[in-house]
Amino acid sequence: MGMFILRRTGVMLLTAICLTFIVFLMTNLYPNLEKLAKNEGNFRMSDAEVASFLGNRGYTQGKLQNYGEWLGVLPGYVIEGIDGKTRGRCSNHGAIVENTGKYCGVIQGNWGFSSRFKEPVSKIVAKRLALTGKLMFWVLAVMIPSALIIGIMAGMREGSRLDRALSTGAIVTTATPEYVSGVIFIAVFTSSAVGLKWFKGSATSAMDHATLENFLLPVLTIALYGMGYIARMTRASMAEVMTAQYIRTARLKGVSFANIVLKHALRNALIAPFTVIMLQIPWLLNGVVIVEVLFNFKGFGWVLVQAASNNDIDLLLAVSVVSVVVVLLTQLISDIGYVFLNPRIRIT
Amino acid sequence: MQNLTWTGTLGVYINPFFLTALSAFFVFAVSAAARGFSRLDGRNLLNPTPPSIALLGPTAVIGLVLWLLSLTGLPPFAMLGLGNITLSLVVCLIIGLATGFGLFQISSELIFRLVWSTFYVALCLFLIYFIVGLFVAPETAGIVGAISKQLTPTWIALLVTFAVSIYFKRSLGLYGKLFDSPIGMIGLGLVLFWVFTALLGAGFDLIATHDPLGQVSGMKNKHPGIPLRGAEANDYPYYLFGGDTLARDVFSRAIVGSGIVIVIAPAATVFAFMIGITLGLPAGYFGGRLDTVLSFLSNMVLAFPVILLFFLLVTPEIIESGLPNYLAVILFVFPVIFIAVAQFSKNRLKPNFLTLKFPVIMIITIWLYLSLISETGKTIALLPPLLDLFDVPSEILVVFVSVVFVNSPTVFRIVRGLTLDVKTRDYVAAAQTRGEGPWYIMLWEILPNVRGPLIVDFCLRIGYATILLGTLGFFGLGLESESPDWGTTINAGRKLLSVYLAPPLVPAFALMSLVLGLNLLADGLREESLRD
Repeated sequence: MGMFILRRTGVMLLTAICLTFIVFLMTNLYPNLEKLAKNEGNFRMSDAEVASFLGNRGYTQGKLQNYGEWLGVLPGYVIEGIDGKTRGRCSNHGAIVENTGKYCGVIQGNWGFSSRFKEPVSKIVAKRLALTGKLMFWVLAVMIPSALIIGIMAGMREGSRLDRALSTGAIVTTATPEYVSGVIFIAVFTSSAVGLKWFKGSATSAMDHATLENFLLPVLTIALYGMGYIARMTRASMAEVMTAQYIRTARLKGVSFANIVLKHALRNALIAPFTVIMLQIPWLLNGVVIVEVLFNFKGFGWVLVQAASNNDIDLLLAVSVVSVVVVLLTQLISDIGYVFLNPRIRIT
Repeated sequence: MQNLTWTGTLGVYINPFFLTALSAFFVFAVSAAARGFSRLDGRNLLNPTPPSIALLGPTAVIGLVLWLLSLTGLPPFAMLGLGNITLSLVVCLIIGLATGFGLFQISSELIFRLVWSTFYVALCLFLIYFIVGLFVAPETAGIVGAISKQLTPTWIALLVTFAVSIYFKRSLGLYGKLFDSPIGMIGLGLVLFWVFTALLGAGFDLIATHDPLGQVSGMKNKHPGIPLRGAEANDYPYYLFGGDTLARDVFSRAIVGSGIVIVIAPAATVFAFMIGITLGLPAGYFGGRLDTVLSFLSNMVLAFPVILLFFLLVTPEIIESGLPNYLAVILFVFPVIFIAVAQFSKNRLKPNFLTLKFPVIMIITIWLYLSLISETGKTIALLPPLLDLFDVPSEILVVFVSVVFVNSPTVFRIVRGLTLDVKTRDYVAAAQTRGEGPWYIMLWEILPNVRGPLIVDFCLRIGYATILLGTLGFFGLGLESESPDWGTTINAGRKLLSVYLAPPLVPAFALMSLVLGLNLLADGLREESLRD
C-alpha cells in the first residue's frame, strides 16, 4: 500500500510538472507576451519597445530557463536592461532589492505577482479558494445526499415506476449543462418578466454573507448537473446488489424491505458511487467557473477567467497548479478509498 | 398590426381545455408520486411497510407541494398561507396526511391510469395547435402554430424517416431495434428533429423567417410575436420569438445556429473516436512501454481542467501564433493512418489492391487531409490554392481542434479497456493461430466486437461535445460574437435576462433538447444492444 501511494505520488508530481510546463509554454508564447507588455506598459508600444521591455524583464531568456526560475530550481535572473536599470526576478521584476534570496520560485513559496490584481498571487488564490470552497461545500452537501437518495430509490426496485421516473429525471439533469440550467433558474426565479422574484440573480453578496436567497440558485445549478450522473451510477450499483444472493436470503428470512435496503444492500451499493463522486469533483470545476461568471460570485473560477483573459502568467500558473493538484488528489483518494471500502480488492 | 399571442384566436377555444387537462395532470402526478413512494398494499411484497411509515411519503409530498403553492400566492392556494409560515406548513402537512390516507383507499393502478390519460389529453390538445397551425394563417394559431408551420419541412422529413424505418425495422439491425423502445424512439426523434432542422434550415434555408444576422431598426429587445416594422410584401410579417439586443430575429438565429452545432459536434466526435481507436487498440493489445507512455499522456490531458484548456488554447493570441493549426496537423493525421492501416491490413493480399485501389484511396484521403489543414496564406499552406479543396475558417478550426483534443483521451481509455478485455477471447487466439498480423486482429477482429459500447458512447459523446461547444460560446471563445450558435447566443442574451427572456432561453432549450435526445438515444441503444 505504501509503495502504491508513493508511486502514485511520483506520477502525480511528474504530471503536475509536465502540465505546468505546457501552461507555461502557452502563456509565454510571443503574442501573449506582447499583449502582456502592452498591458503593463502602454498600448502604443512599437515592436522594438516591446522586445526591450520583455528582454529587460527576463522573458526572452529561453523557456526552460524561465520555467526553472518559476519552479525555483534555477536562480532568478538579474539583468541589466537596455534602459540601464537592473532588475531581478526575486525583486518582483523591479529594481534590485537587497537581502532577497537567489532562488525565488514555487518551491521557495513564492508564487509570483499578479499583473491583473497587483497583488501577490498566493494571497489572491488563498482568498478566492476560500470563497469557492464555501460554494463547493454547499454544492457537495446538496448534491451527494440527493444523488444517493435518488439512486438508491431508483435502484432498489429496478424497472418500477419510481425507477423509471427517477431515471428519466436523472437523464434530464445530465443533459442540462450549467449555463442552461442557470439561465433557466435566473429567468424563472429572479426575473421581473416571470415575476416570482424568490431569489437573487447575483451571488455577489453571498461572498460575505450567504443566505438562501442569494446562494441557493448557484449551488443548485452546479449540483443539478453532477447529480444525474452520480444518481445513475448509484442506481446501477444498487440494482446489481439487489440481485445478489444474500439479499434474497435476507428476504426469505423475513427481514423487512426497509431493513434490507438500509442495512444489507446500502453498504455494498455505496462503494462504486464513492469513486464516482471523487472523480466528479474535478468536473465540478467547470461548473464552478460557469456559475461564478453567471452569478458574478468572485471566487476561484472567476479568477481563472480574469487571469486567462488578461494573460496574467503567474496567476494562471498558480490556478492551473491548484486545479491539477485537485484533479490528481481526488484520483488518488478515490483509488485508496476504493481499496479500503472494498475488501475484495488488494493492491500489491 | 397586433402582436401575435402564443395560441392565437384558436387558443380562445382550446386554452381552457388545455389548461384544465394540464392542471389535472399535475394534480394526479403529485398524487401518484405521493402514492408511489410507499406501498401499503404491495402485492408482491413479503414484508409490507407498516402504515405509520407508508403514510410519511404522501404527507411529505402533498404537504410540501401545497405549502410551496401557498407561498407563491396563487389565488386558490393563497388562503392556505394563514399569515404564518409555520402554521401553514403544519396545516398543509395535516392535509397531506389526510389526502394520503384517502389515496391509499384507491388502487394505485387507477391513479396511474388517470395520470397517463390526462397527460395524453393535454398532449393531444397541444398537438392541435401544431397541426392546425400548419394550415392556417399565423393569427389563427398563434406563435405555436406559426412555428409549426415554419418547421413543415422538418415534420415531413421526420414523418418519412419514421414511417420508412418502422416499416423496415426488422431488416435494419440495431437501428431498427431502436423502434421497439419508447425511450430510444423519443431520443431518436429529438436528434433527427435537430438534424433535419439544421439540414433544411441552415443548409437549404427553408425554415428561418429572417436573416440571422440582419438587424431591423425598431425591433431591438422585443417580446415574442412582435410584428415586423416596415415589412415588405415578401417579408415574413413577425419576429416569432421576438428580437434580441441587436434587433435580430431570435427564432431564425436558433434555427441557423443549429447548423453550426450539428456539423461541428458530430464531426469532432468522429475525429476523437478515430484518434482514440488508432491509439487505444495498440495500447491495449501490445501493452508494455507503448501503453505506459500513451496512458500517461492521456491521463495528463484528462487532468487538465477543460475550461482552463479552452481559455489557453482558444484566444486570439494563440490563434495568431498558429498553434491550433500545428495541433490540427498532428490530430488529423490519425484518421488517415486509421484508414490506411485498416485497408492495408485487410486487403493487402488481394489482387490489384496494392497496385490500384490502395493508392487511389490514399491519394484521396491525403488530399482531403492536406486541404483540411492547409489554409491559403496562413501559417500552414502546403497545398497551392488551386488544389486546396476547402478552407476551414481559423476560428472554427480552433474550436474543432480543442473539442477533439479534450474528447480523444477519454475515447482512448475506453477503447484500451475494451481491448484489454477482449484480447483474451478465443476468436483473437484463433486469428493469431491463423497467422494474421496484429493490425488485422485489432481492426477487424477486436474492433467490430466492441462496437456496442462504442456506439453508445459515441452518442453520449456527441452530446458532451455539444455541451463543450456551448461552453466555448458561453465564454465568448472561438466563434465570432455575432455567430448564431447557441452558446454565443445564450451568452449575449443573459445580460438582459431579467426583462427579455426569449433571446437566451430559446437557444438554451434547443441545446438542452438536443443533448437530451442524444442521451435518450444512447440509453435506448444500450438497452436494445444488451437485449441480444
